[in-house]
Amino acid sequence: MPQVSSSTTVHDVVVVGSGAGGGTVTNVLANMGVSVLLLEAGPMLNLGDLKEHMWPYSVPHRGAGAKGQAYTNEPTGFTYSATYGGAQLEGEPYTVAPGSDFSWFRSRILGGRTNHYGRVTLRLADYDFKPYTTDSLGFDWPISYGDIAPYYDKAERFIGVTGSIEGIRSAPDGIFNPPGALKAHDVLVQRACAKNGIRAVAARQAVTTVERNGRPPCHYCGQCGRGCTTASNYASSYVQILPAMKTGKVQVIANAMARELVTDGTGKVTAVSYIDKTDGSEKQVRCRTVVLAASACESARLLLNSKGAGHPQGLANSSGKVGRYLMDTVGYSMSATVPALSGMPHYNSDGYGSHLYVPWWLSDKHKDLNFPRGYHIEVGGGYGMPGIGSFLGTVNRVEGYGIPMKQAIRDNYGTSVGLSGRGEMIPNEQSYCEIDPEKKDRWEIPVLRFHWAWSDHELNQVRHMQQTFRAILESMGGQIATGGGGGRGGRGTAAAGAPQRGGQAPQTGQAGPQTGVPNAPAGQPTTAMAANPPEADPNRVPISRGGAIIHEVGTVRMGDDPKTSPLNRFCQAHEVKNLFVADGAPFVSNADKNPTHTIIALAWRTAEYLAEEMRKGNV
Amino acid sequence: MSDITRRDVLRRIGLMLMATGVLDRVSAQEVHHLALAAQSSNGGAYSPKALTAHEYRTLVRLTDFIVPEENGKPGAVAAGAAAWIDMLASENAQLKGIYTKGLGWMDEAMKKRGAADFVSATPDQQTALLDLIAYRRNQSPELDPGIQFFTMARRMTVDAFYTSEIGIADIDYQGNRPQASYPEPTEAIAYALKRSGL
Repeated sequence: MPQVSSSTTVHDVVVVGSGAGGGTVTNVLANMGVSVLLLEAGPMLNLGDLKEHMWPYSVPHRGAGAKGQAYTNEPTGFTYSATYGGAQLEGEPYTVAPGSDFSWFRSRILGGRTNHYGRVTLRLADYDFKPYTTDSLGFDWPISYGDIAPYYDKAERFIGVTGSIEGIRSAPDGIFNPPGALKAHDVLVQRACAKNGIRAVAARQAVTTVERNGRPPCHYCGQCGRGCTTASNYASSYVQILPAMKTGKVQVIANAMARELVTDGTGKVTAVSYIDKTDGSEKQVRCRTVVLAASACESARLLLNSKGAGHPQGLANSSGKVGRYLMDTVGYSMSATVPALSGMPHYNSDGYGSHLYVPWWLSDKHKDLNFPRGYHIEVGGGYGMPGIGSFLGTVNRVEGYGIPMKQAIRDNYGTSVGLSGRGEMIPNEQSYCEIDPEKKDRWEIPVLRFHWAWSDHELNQVRHMQQTFRAILESMGGQIATGGGGGRGGRGTAAAGAPQRGGQAPQTGQAGPQTGVPNAPAGQPTTAMAANPPEADPNRVPISRGGAIIHEVGTVRMGDDPKTSPLNRFCQAHEVKNLFVADGAPFVSNADKNPTHTIIALAWRTAEYLAEEMRKGNV
Repeated sequence: MSDITRRDVLRRIGLMLMATGVLDRVSAQEVHHLALAAQSSNGGAYSPKALTAHEYRTLVRLTDFIVPEENGKPGAVAAGAAAWIDMLASENAQLKGIYTKGLGWMDEAMKKRGAADFVSATPDQQTALLDLIAYRRNQSPELDPGIQFFTMARRMTVDAFYTSEIGIADIDYQGNRPQASYPEPTEAIAYALKRSGL
């Protein structure tokens, strides 16, 4: 063991991780006058590195990778997206148990995944907090909608969220700023949905369309996924942490990979031990309280790796539930070529990504369905910025060369419409993470091993998505092009069928592992999505791979009973009063709402509680 | 344009004029191709790094067939597609191998059809070969290497063209610029609704 260097300073609050949860805790505490030391495993974000507004021809390889890897089926190093991470990180492996399939996306940068994410901002509904009460499956949260609604309010006022007041139970209204107009394909989708008895409404995106706290309104360039140089969309880096640093209350240590929580004889956390990645040395920072916001699985890993005399199973883990009830979102996508859009007068369709979405419309009809939980639909389409692979689908279909091929490309441009289902997964005993008994990362920190299983609840939900998406797309005259395992299209992955999270659909039929495609301005991280799964097994339900939707939550859940939940109703460890968790780990269920909004609201509530407990001298 | 290439072009124009008295449409295109190819390959802007001068000329010609100019609107040659491909091939041995082998195959196939090589074949000979290798339905042991190579060259040429300033204008992508608001695309909506029947 190398020598551990430690400072004698005791920090009031050490926050581990700078994504949505860590950024919120840091910002809220700093504005309450509480000092925060923030540890981030990656580097500081340099706003000058963001690729917003960059044309493909502005870089020599135009997104094909510095060595043209897009053409030799290798991962491309360069992308336009602000992802700074992926499922494969050099020297930071994880393992997957035999028979399981799971992909773990990590982002190592100030702001984490919020720099690039899809920015879908949905409140959980009242029933989402009481799923067990509703259908006897899964578990209830220890809190209800009323407990968290004030924090959704605060988050929306602070961040800026687009949307319209609709009065739909599955999609509670919030404090919205005006949405952008619908795009042409959105209008078709909305009418096609109506024909099928489905209501589509303005998308709820973490984008401010009015000036807010010095942040200019959105300029509608469609490149949210590249990071926003005007901070008009939400990322914890440029909306919360960099401004909070100006209060003088926040110190950030970048390149600090947390290794272990150090405890005293009473089991309280006294320090966080971390690897200084700049030189590989191990250091410690002493703390009065610690907030884990390293991402659901990293926070679980940190607790499981913090073993001591009084806690041989890891810290705050007498229940044995740390790492358990890992959930992701159910994903399935389908796209179609819509002839009605061919030859349409072109317009600038960039906007802020999706302008339309479909909230779950059958929340009161579950007794008539063969699956218990809902999903929402995200809509993609429009004239994306051309990129590597943008027209590959068309070219492979029409073949040939010359002017006929050019004409086909022209005719198909902007005619692809994609629907992505995002559904609730019910926690199960087969889906969890634990410490791998053998494997360690480059800093000798034991790594996670994942176990994963979908159940019929999720598979039947995907079957319903298939039928529904087909009906909607065919109602608008669409010719189904692709439908597959719902992975995210990705940082540019020109994944067929997946609406790019900027709402820019790929060109029809485009498939393949191209990464770094600027066609996804607001793109998601790349996990190459298989287009259609192999035809060999027509019975296979084309559900996304576990982890592929990058909504992993639930590994350190909250609950009133310490025997079954590591955290209490304020996301404070039952057993370790100065330990809090503020990422997706406290989630008890994973509703069909993208988790970031609830991570922010919960983290805000936790930060206020922590500050109050500190003021009272309780921690 | 280097002197030699300029002389070549002028000589070709002279030969065409002597033969027909006028530059017909095909010949005019041929001149345009030659000029642009010469400009692109020898104009000092780009010297091939991965390919030989001959291979590069062959590739320039090929990219011109794949995305030609159209009603005066420039195509892949003006967009520098061959230079971009060569640049990537210079960084990637696998890609370089694909192009060296593939362009060699094109010359060999042309020899079997009575020409010295691909670039010096007549446009009719060139399109006759391309019409075979541009379609999967022509798969055969003889043509498969050509079809595979053309599929890659077509894919990369299309990428190169549509990611260039010229190609982005050609496809009429109107975005990537800040706007004060997001106006409703009324004309587009009216068009789409009418055609969809919704």
